[in-house]
Order: sequence, then structure tokens, then C-alpha cells
Amino acid sequence: VIPSFNGLEFGIVIGMFAAVTVLGFVATRWHRGASLTSLEEWGLGGRKFGTTVSWFLMGGDLYTAYTFVAVPALLFGTGAAGFFAVPYTIVVFPLVMFVAARMWSVCNEHGYATAADLVRGRHGSRVLALLVAITGIVATMPYIALQLTGIRAVFEVMGIGGDWPLWVAFVVLAAFTFTSGLRAPALVAIVKDILIYVMVLVAVSYIPYKLGGYGFIFHGAQSALAAKGYGTLLTGSQYLGYTTLALGSALALFLYPHSVTGVLASRSQDVVKKNMSLLPAYSLMLGFIALLGYMALAAHVKPVGGTAKAPDTTTIVPVLFNSQFPHWLAGVAFGAIVIGALVPAAIMAIAAANTFARDIYRPYIRPSGSYRQEVSKFVAMEEGLVCQIVSVILKLGAVAVIVSLKLTFALEFQLIGGVIVIQILPAVVLGLYTRWFHRWALVAGWIAGMGLSVCMLYVTKSATAAHFGSASFALSSLGLHTKVTIWTGIVGVVANLVVATVLTPLLAWLPRSRDETSPDETQPAIRIAGPVLGLQRSGAQPPYRRQQAAWPVAGPPTGSVPPAADAKGLGRHRRRA
Amino acid sequence: LLLPLVAVLVPEFYNFSNPSIGGVPFFYWWQLLWIVGVAVCVGIVYHLTRRTR
Repeated sequence: VIPSFNGLEFGIVIGMFAAVTVLGFVATRWHRGASLTSLEEWGLGGRKFGTTVSWFLMGGDLYTAYTFVAVPALLFGTGAAGFFAVPYTIVVFPLVMFVAARMWSVCNEHGYATAADLVRGRHGSRVLALLVAITGIVATMPYIALQLTGIRAVFEVMGIGGDWPLWVAFVVLAAFTFTSGLRAPALVAIVKDILIYVMVLVAVSYIPYKLGGYGFIFHGAQSALAAKGYGTLLTGSQYLGYTTLALGSALALFLYPHSVTGVLASRSQDVVKKNMSLLPAYSLMLGFIALLGYMALAAHVKPVGGTAKAPDTTTIVPVLFNSQFPHWLAGVAFGAIVIGALVPAAIMAIAAANTFARDIYRPYIRPSGSYRQEVSKFVAMEEGLVCQIVSVILKLGAVAVIVSLKLTFALEFQLIGGVIVIQILPAVVLGLYTRWFHRWALVAGWIAGMGLSVCMLYVTKSATAAHFGSASFALSSLGLHTKVTIWTGIVGVVANLVVATVLTPLLAWLPRSRDETSPDETQPAIRIAGPVLGLQRSGAQPPYRRQQAAWPVAGPPTGSVPPAADAKGLGRHRRRA
Repeated sequence: LLLPLVAVLVPEFYNFSNPSIGGVPFFYWWQLLWIVGVAVCVGIVYHLTRRTR
């Protein structure tokens, strides 16, 4: 079914698109630093976003076209299992609150701009840093592609098929991020989020009102899903998959380069922490948007595009809006979705480009002497330029991925990216807290985890693809007679950790590397064990000072791990006023 | 901080349709409620860690 073209809808979308483009260019002047050409300014907005802007930036970053398009599509297709996105966004905040805050302070102190910078400084291993950088970039690609799928879905529903809207979106996106850097998506994110909030409020009240209440919606969805063998509740065999998917996705979320960028662009550690309690407001929105999938079921919405066997379910939300809203409102909603997809795509491209410029280009393609020289203005400018160019290339790549691949569930893109990106968890997150792991053990762990995950993904079939069909691994592939599935990334990361842990003592004879974040290399590794939750950095500063005076040379007495033990290491990165 | 984790990561706790509120099964409103719950928990921890500074 090709929906009819509506001039009003199209006009509104184009108008909103144009307004955002102008805003993107204006952003260049916003809170401008000395020069926009350096990576710090272009790629991190000068590291000076306050609570509100950070909230919008991180929100725009983490809640994306994935939210408006992919999650409802999943509920539409598979019922309750698709609701995993809600526990996922719930558990993420307690899990990462301290990790993100700690990451901010370490990176701010040493001028690190990416997770790979951090790993190189902390573990002194260029190989590990390179692996982290490549992992981040590869995992981001499908995420950008997911955003573009969302844009395509909207245009398809408006009756404009083909790939050309994607190319137009790409050119606009490339142009304004090229000139403004991270400031453009930050500013646009504010506009976008206000739009989205309004749309969601309208949608979750107006549509149920029109359809006949939530009772009717759940009832209708249940009967529609039952026909496909699913339901609005989980079955026993889905529990493990649901839990691991939610937990794993949460662990993976803050390892993505764009999340790191969002965190590092904040002004202070306090801003980061405060945002962890403010960001769940977005999750609430996500939960309601997810229910749009059921509304679509109850309203008997038919997806547009795809084939009869594998319909393109990503179009259901736009189709729902189109059938339930008056045209002008549908137009505004479509515009909001398109902008909502552009913002994160821009942030992701910037983040991946940061990673490329800092961690692949500088050390490998253009090694330029000592650290001092590297900070020179010329190199900083060159790095910025590389960054800008790479961000364009990445977006081009993502468009190519979309045009060449047609996947039924856009969400699987993101889940597979998550499987990949979680493999850097031991090196990055555990690395923030302990240097116990040997760097080569971490490399081996990465290889094991990644290898296992890719094999598991490879054997996973879906309705449309023989390989890489889904991120949920069926245990029946191991010969077990069960319908239980598990999220592939969890298995991979466990393998990763086991290998890293086993190999660390075995590699003890190799020389330890230097830890840039600690000026005193001779201190035993245990000194990091103290701040397990990062609590005492902010929680016990006065005692830490006293204790430091008490043990000026020898370090803490054995048997206890007081905060002072950390004095020479990460703990000295106090929050900035 | 562990409370919200346990509350939503063990589906056995909430995989029921009753009691429902306004037609929304328990499975759904329980999880939506915990979004508010987690914001409150993290907010409390934020203020605690800040005040003792």
C-alpha cells in the first residue's frame, strides 16, 4: 500500500527541517571559544555545557529514533519482549552514575577526549587503545544507520519512497556539523526534545481517547499478538532473554563513543551526576512511546513497505500518526521524528570522528613526536580538520549501509552494535577502578569476547537473514531443547572477563606499563581498590587531606584501604568548582 | 541503588496482568512506575554524596 502524498504534511516537515538547518549554522556562534578549529572546541563544545544543555544533549543522544521508531515497532512485532527497553533505561542510571562521574574527572584532568584516550593513558597500551577505538567506531555505524532508517520510514509514509530523502538529510547534517561541531546538535536537541515531549503527550492522550481507552488497546493488542504466537505478557522462556537484554544494553550504553562525548562535554562532575537523576524523565517518555506499538495493533495499522512476508514494521508509528492525527498534526509529528533522528546521528558521527582523529589518525597515520608538540596549535587544528572530514565519511558510510541493507527490525542494528561495544567494558570501566588487569590479558579478553560474540551472531538466523539475524542467541543452537534465548553480548563479555582474569596472573612476568593517570608508578595496584563506587572522591575530601599528611611517603598502612590510598592516583581528580 | 535493579531485572516479580490500572496491565505500569523510582533513588544518592563533601 502506497500512502497518498499530502502537501500540507510535506510542507510542514520541510519547513521544520529548514528551520533546524538555520539553527545548526547559528550554533557556530553560540558560546564560542577562542577557535572552533581544535578538536576540543569542535568535538566537545569546549567542555562547558551546563546542566540543562547537557541534559538535552545526553537525552538527545541516548533517546533517539530508536525510541520513536524501533521500540514501538518491536512491541508491534513481538509483544511484551519489546518492552525490555524500559527496564534497560531504568537500570542504566544507577549502574553508570559513578562510572560516568569518575570518567569525567579523569578525562578532564588529562585532556582525554575519548574512551580510547583513557585506555591508552591508563593501561599504557597502544594496542588496547586501538582496539577500543575501532570497536567504538564499528559499533556506532549501525546506530547511525538506525537513525537514518527512522528518517526513511517517515518519508515512506508520507508517500515519498526511494533513497533520495536520505541523501538530502545527509547533506544537511554533514554541512551543519562540519561548521558548528557539537554545538549544533546540542542547540537543535533543545528544540527537538520540546517538540517530542509535546507530541508524546498528545499521542498518549489523544489516540487512546480516539480508540476507546487503554483497556481496549491492550485487549486489541493481546488478540492481535496471540495470532502471531506472542502476547502482552512474557512467557517463561523469555525471562532470561529479557533480563540479559535489559542489563546488557544498559552496560553497553555508556560505552558508545557518543555517550562518552555527551558526558565529557559537561562543565563539571556535578553536572554529570545530577543528570543521572534527571535523565529518567526521558525513559518515561520512552515507555509511553513504546505503547504506541500496541495502539498501532489495536488500531489495525498496516505497515508500509517491505515485503508481504517481512513487512517494514519501522513504519508503524508514522502510519499510526498519519491515520489518527489530522494532517497538520501528523506533519509536525513527522518533522519531530526526522529532527529527532538527525540530532543523535550528528552526535554519533562527531563522537566517532573524535575517536578516529585522536586514536587512529594521530598515533598511527601521523605520529608527530612528543606529547608537547602534539598540543601545538597547528596539530590541534589539523586534528580538528581530520575530525570534520571523517565525520562526513562516516555519515556517508551509514547512508550506504541503509541503502544496501534492508532489515526488518531496525532495532537489531542497535542490539548488534551493543554486543560489539560491550567488549570494551573490562578495559574502560574496570580500568577506571583497578589496574590489576594486565594489558595483554585485556587484549586477549577482548579477542575472546569479540570472537565468541561474532560467532554467535553469525549462526543466529532471522526470518529474513541467514546470519547476523538477531542479537538474541537461541540456546537451542547448542543442542538444548529449549526456547530460551540470551543476549549475545552478555556471553561475550563474560568470556572476555574470564580470559582477562585468568591471564593476568599468568602474564605477571611481563613488565607492567606506565599509568599516565598516576604520577607515582611504584605504588601498588591495590591503591585503586578503595574508591569502589567513587564515593570518597566527593564524599570524604577533608579526611583524605588529613590522611595524606599523615602518610607522606609510605602510603597507607597495610590491611586497610583508606581514601588516602588513592591520593596519588585517580582520586586526586577532584571535582571542579 | 540496587533496589530498582532488582525490581525490574527479575521479570518473575511483575509478569502479571492484574492488578491493572485503567486497563493498563501490571507488567506495564509497574515498570513505568520504576522509572520515577529510579530517578528518586539516584537523586537521593546524588544529594547524599554532595552534602557530605
